[in-house]
Amino acid sequence: MTALFDALMQNPAVALWIAPLIPLAAAASSALLGGRRNLREGITVTAGVISAALAVALWPHAEAGLRVTLWDWLPGLTLAFELEPLGLLFATVASVLWPITSVYAAGYLRGNDEQHQSRFFACFALAIAAAIGIAFSANLITLFICYELLTLSTWPLVTHKGNADARKGGRTYLLILIGTSVGLLLPAIIWTYVLSGTTAFRSGGILAGQAGNATLTVLYALFLFGIGKAALMPFHRWLPAAMVAPTPVSALLHAVAVVKAGVFTVMKVSIYTFGLDTIRSSGAGELMMWVAALTMLTTAAIALTQDNLKARLAYSTISQLAYITLGAALAVKTAVLEGALHIATHAVGKITLFFCAGAIYTAAHKTRVSELDGMGMRMPYTFAAFTLASMSIVGLPPLAGSWDKLLLMEGALDAGFPLMMGVLMLGSLLSLGYLLPIPIRAFFRPAPGAASDDRVITDFPDGDPPPRPVPMQEAPLACVVPLCITAVTCVAMFFLEDRLIAPLARVLEGP
Amino acid sequence: MIAHLPILQVALPLLAAPLCVLLRSARAAWWIYLLASVAAFGSALLLASSVATHGPLHYAVGNWAPPFGIAYVIDAANAFVLVLVSGIAVATAIYAPRSIAAEIDPQRVYLYYACLCLCLTGLLGIVATGDAFNVFVFLEISSLSSYALIALGKRRQALLAAFRYLVMGTLGGTFVLIGIGLAYAVTGTLNMADLAQRLPALYGNRTLTAAVGFVSVGLAIKAAVFPLHAWLPSAYAEAPSAAGVFLSATGTKVAIYAFLRFAFGIFGAGLVFGHLPMSALILIVGTAAMLAGAAIACYQDDLKRILAWSSVGQIGYIVVGLGLASQQGLSAAFLHISAHALIKGGLFATAGIVALRLGTTRIDALAGLARSAPAVFVALLLGGLGLIGVPLTAGFVSKWALVMALIEADQWAVIAAVLLSSLLALVYVGRIIEVAWFREPPLLADTAQPSTPAPMALAMWGLVGVSLVAGVYAAPLSRAATAAAAALLGTAP
Amino acid sequence: MIASHYNYWIAVVLLMIGLYVVMSHSNTIKKLIGLNVFQVAVFMLYISLGKIEGGTAPIVDAAFTVYSHPLPHVLILTAIVVGVATTALGLALVVRIHEAYGTTDEDEALIADRREAERT
Repeated sequence: MTALFDALMQNPAVALWIAPLIPLAAAASSALLGGRRNLREGITVTAGVISAALAVALWPHAEAGLRVTLWDWLPGLTLAFELEPLGLLFATVASVLWPITSVYAAGYLRGNDEQHQSRFFACFALAIAAAIGIAFSANLITLFICYELLTLSTWPLVTHKGNADARKGGRTYLLILIGTSVGLLLPAIIWTYVLSGTTAFRSGGILAGQAGNATLTVLYALFLFGIGKAALMPFHRWLPAAMVAPTPVSALLHAVAVVKAGVFTVMKVSIYTFGLDTIRSSGAGELMMWVAALTMLTTAAIALTQDNLKARLAYSTISQLAYITLGAALAVKTAVLEGALHIATHAVGKITLFFCAGAIYTAAHKTRVSELDGMGMRMPYTFAAFTLASMSIVGLPPLAGSWDKLLLMEGALDAGFPLMMGVLMLGSLLSLGYLLPIPIRAFFRPAPGAASDDRVITDFPDGDPPPRPVPMQEAPLACVVPLCITAVTCVAMFFLEDRLIAPLARVLEGP
Repeated sequence: MIAHLPILQVALPLLAAPLCVLLRSARAAWWIYLLASVAAFGSALLLASSVATHGPLHYAVGNWAPPFGIAYVIDAANAFVLVLVSGIAVATAIYAPRSIAAEIDPQRVYLYYACLCLCLTGLLGIVATGDAFNVFVFLEISSLSSYALIALGKRRQALLAAFRYLVMGTLGGTFVLIGIGLAYAVTGTLNMADLAQRLPALYGNRTLTAAVGFVSVGLAIKAAVFPLHAWLPSAYAEAPSAAGVFLSATGTKVAIYAFLRFAFGIFGAGLVFGHLPMSALILIVGTAAMLAGAAIACYQDDLKRILAWSSVGQIGYIVVGLGLASQQGLSAAFLHISAHALIKGGLFATAGIVALRLGTTRIDALAGLARSAPAVFVALLLGGLGLIGVPLTAGFVSKWALVMALIEADQWAVIAAVLLSSLLALVYVGRIIEVAWFREPPLLADTAQPSTPAPMALAMWGLVGVSLVAGVYAAPLSRAATAAAAALLGTAP
Repeated sequence: MIASHYNYWIAVVLLMIGLYVVMSHSNTIKKLIGLNVFQVAVFMLYISLGKIEGGTAPIVDAAFTVYSHPLPHVLILTAIVVGVATTALGLALVVRIHEAYGTTDEDEALIADRREAERT
C-alpha cells in the first residue's frame, strides 16, 4: 500500500487522474452493495481516507504546473485536469472532510432510521468526485461539466426524504442551480470562448485586452450570478430550500462540496479567466463587490430572525459566502488570499455547526433555536464544539476564521474601498448576533419545564451550581466524534493558515 | 456484391412484407422481419464503409442509364442515415415480440411485421434513391404503413390518431408530388443529379419557386415541423410501443433528410437559401418549435405524450441546424438527427417496458418505479439527461455543435432559445424523474409487476448505451456528420 | 394568358375545393372525399403537362409524328395507386372508428374520449 502510494507520488500526474476516480469507485460500490451496510460504509470511509491522503500528498507538487489531458472530446472541447494551489486547496478541503462526514452520516442515518441509505452514500461519493473534478479542472468546459454533475448528484440527496416538502425543496434547488448555470454561466463561457478563443485557465487571465470595459463588466456579472452555487442574491433561494435534506447532506451542501464549489469557481474565474489586474483596471469587480456586500448584510440580518436552527445556519452560509465573492471581486492579492482561506476555514467551521445541528436532532429531535434552552448540559461536547465553530466563523482569535477577516479588511484598504471596512465590521457584528446566542442559550438558560419540577436549577442567583447535574444525553458516538475532530481543526488551522495559502500567494505574485 | 447493395437493402424488406402476409404466422413473420432488418443493417454498414473509402456509389436500377432509368446514389450523407434507420430497425426487431404480444391481438401480429417491413422499405428507399419521383413513392409507402402501424395501437384513440395522421400525411405527400411535378415541368427530368444541373439556369423562375414552396411544406408536414406538428403527439403516443420506438426514432428524421436532399442536392442552396428567404423562415420556425414543443411537454401527464411533445421540440434543433445552411450547421443537424434518434428511440423503448410492467404510462403511475424497476429507471434517467443535453451524453454533443454553428452565424437570439428550451427540457424530464424516484408508491400498488423481458431490456440498453457511447466518444460520430454535411454541400474531397 | 392556362386553373380550383372539404368537415368520410378531390387535382395537373397540342397517344406509328409525353401518365398511374391505397386504408380506419365509437364524426369521437377520460 505504502509502496503503491510512493509510486503514485513519483508520478503526480497519474494521481490527478486517480483523485476523482476513488470517490467514483466508492459511489459504484455503494450502489452495488445495496443493503450490506457495514461493508458499504467501510468502503466509503476507506476511500475517503485514501483520497484525503492523496490530496495532502499532492501539496509538495502544488506549483509544478502539472497538466493531464483526459480527453480530446470535440473540436474546441478538451477535458483536462491541472494542478494549481487554489484547486488543490479546495480538493483537500473536500477530500479531507469527506471521510469525516461519512462517519457522521453513518451515525446519523442509522440513528434516525433513514430510508434509501445506499442511494445516499452513492450520490454522496459522486458529489465528492464532481467536487474534486471541479477543483482540478484545467478549463471552463471541464469545470462546467463537473459543476453540472455536482448539481445532479446532490439533487437526490436534497429530496432524500421523498415527501412533498422534500420534493418541492428539490425542485427549487434544481431549477435555480441549473437555471443559473445554463441560463447565465454557459452563455458566459461561450462568450469567453468567442472573445478569447480558449477556455483554459491561465495565470493572469485570458481576457486582458480582449474586450471593452463595459463588456467585461457584463461578462463578470454573468459569471458571478451564473455561478448559482455561490448564492449571490437574488439567486440564493436554493440554499434555504435545500434545508429539507438530512443534516449530513446539509453539511455537504454548505461546507464541503456545493457552495464551496460555487465560490471556488468564482475565485478561479476571477484569477485565471479574468486576471486580477483586468478586473481592477476594467472596473468589472466594483459592481459585483457591492452586490456581494449587500448579500452579506441582508442575509445576515435575515439569519437573525430565523428560529429554525438549520435555516439560520443556511442564511449564515449565504452571508459568509459573500465574503469570498467579495474577496474575489476586490481583486487584490490580500483579498483573494482571504477568499481562498475562507473556503477552508468556513468549510471546517460550518460543517461543525451542521454536525452539531444534526446531533441535536438525533439526540433530542429539536430543530428550533428557541427549544435549545438548557441543552448545553445535556450535550456538552456538542455545544462546546458549536461554540468553538461559531467563534471561528465570527472571526474571533485564536480560531481559524480570524485570519481571513483580517486579510479581507486589509484587502479592502489595498483596493481603495475604506467604506468596505465598515461593511465588514457590521457583517461580523451581525454574525456575532446570530451565532453566539445559540450556545449562550444552551449553556446559561434553564431547560424549559425544569422550573416546575426541579426547583434547584432555577434557584441559584448567586450560589453554587446545582449539585445534581442534568444527565448527559449525547448523540451516537459516530456523530459526536466527527464534530469534535472538526472543532479541534478550527483551532489547529489558526496555526496552519500560512501553509495553506503560501503556494497561492506565490502564484499571485507570479511572473 | 457491393455494387448491388443499394437496391438490395431496399428490395429485401419489400419482398419480406408479402412473405409475412403469406405465411400468416407471428413467429415466422418476426424471423422474416429480423432477417430483413439485419440484412439491411449489414448492407448499410458495408455501403457506408465503401462510401468512406471509395466515394459515392451509383446504381442504375434495371441497368437503365440515368436520367431515363431510376438511379440510386449512395454518398456520405445518406449512408449516415441508412445506417441509423436500419440500425434502429434491428433494435426494434429485438424489442418487438414481447411488447407486441402484450399489446396486439395475436391474430394480427403478422400484419404488424408486414407493415414494419414496408415502413422500413419506404424509409430506406427515400434515403437511397437518386430520383425525385421515387422519393414520393417511397414516402407514401412508409407513410401508409405507419398509419396502419399506429392504428394497431391498444386503445381506440389510436384509430383517431391514425386517421388524423393519414389526412395530414396525405396532404403533405400530395404537396411534395405537386412540387416534384412543377420542377419536372420546368426541367423535363426527375433524376436528382440531372435536376441539380439544369435548375441553376432557372433561378427566379416562378414555377420553380412554387416547387420549392410545395416540397418544403409537404416535407415539413411529414417531419412534424412546428406548426405542422399536430399529428405527431397523439400518433406516437397511441402507437403500439414497439412501433413507437421505430417511428419516433426514424420517421421524422427521414423526412428531414429528404428535405436536405431536395434543398441541397436538387434545388441547390443558392436557390433555397440564397434567392429565397428560407434561411430566416426556417430559423424562426425551428426556434418556435423548440420552445413550444418543450413548453407543452411540461404540461403533459403521460410519459409517452411527454416524449412525443419533446420530439416536436427536438426537431426544432435539427431544423435550426439545417436552416443555417453552413457546413457546421448541417453537421450539427446530422449529429442531432442521430443523437435524437438514439435517445428518443431508447426512451420510447423504456416507455414500452413501463407500459408492459405497469399497464399504463401515466406519470402518476410511475411512483416508486426507481425501486420496483431500477434498471428501467436508470435507462429513463440517462435518456432524459440526453434530452436535456447534459454533458457526456449524445444530446450535449449535438447541442454543442449546434451552438458553435449558431455562434459562427451570429444568431444570438437562437442560442438564447436553445438554452431556454434546454431548461424546459429539464422541467419535463425532472417531473418524470421526481415522480419515479422520490414519490412513494401508493400502498395498494399491485406488487406483482411482470419483470422486464430480456430482449426488450437488451434493445433498450442497446439504444441508450449507443447514445451514451456516442456522447462520450464523440469523435467518430462527429466525423461522420461532418462528412455527411460536406457530401450534401458538394464540398466533399 | 389566363384562358390559355385553363388547365392550371382547374387544378388550382379543385385543389382548393379539396383542401376546404378536408379542413371544414368533421365527418371522416367527407374528409376522405375531400382528400380524393385534392389528389385528383394534382393528377390532372400532371396529365395536362404531358399533353402536346395535336399530339396523340404515345404509340409509335408511321402516321403520326407528334405524341403526348408518356412519362407524366406513368408517374400518375403510380400516384393513383398510392391514392387508392390511401383511400382504402382511410376507409378501413373509418370502419374501425365506427366500430369503436359508434360514429364516423371526428368531433363526436373526441367528445366521447373526453367524457371517458373524465369518468376515470
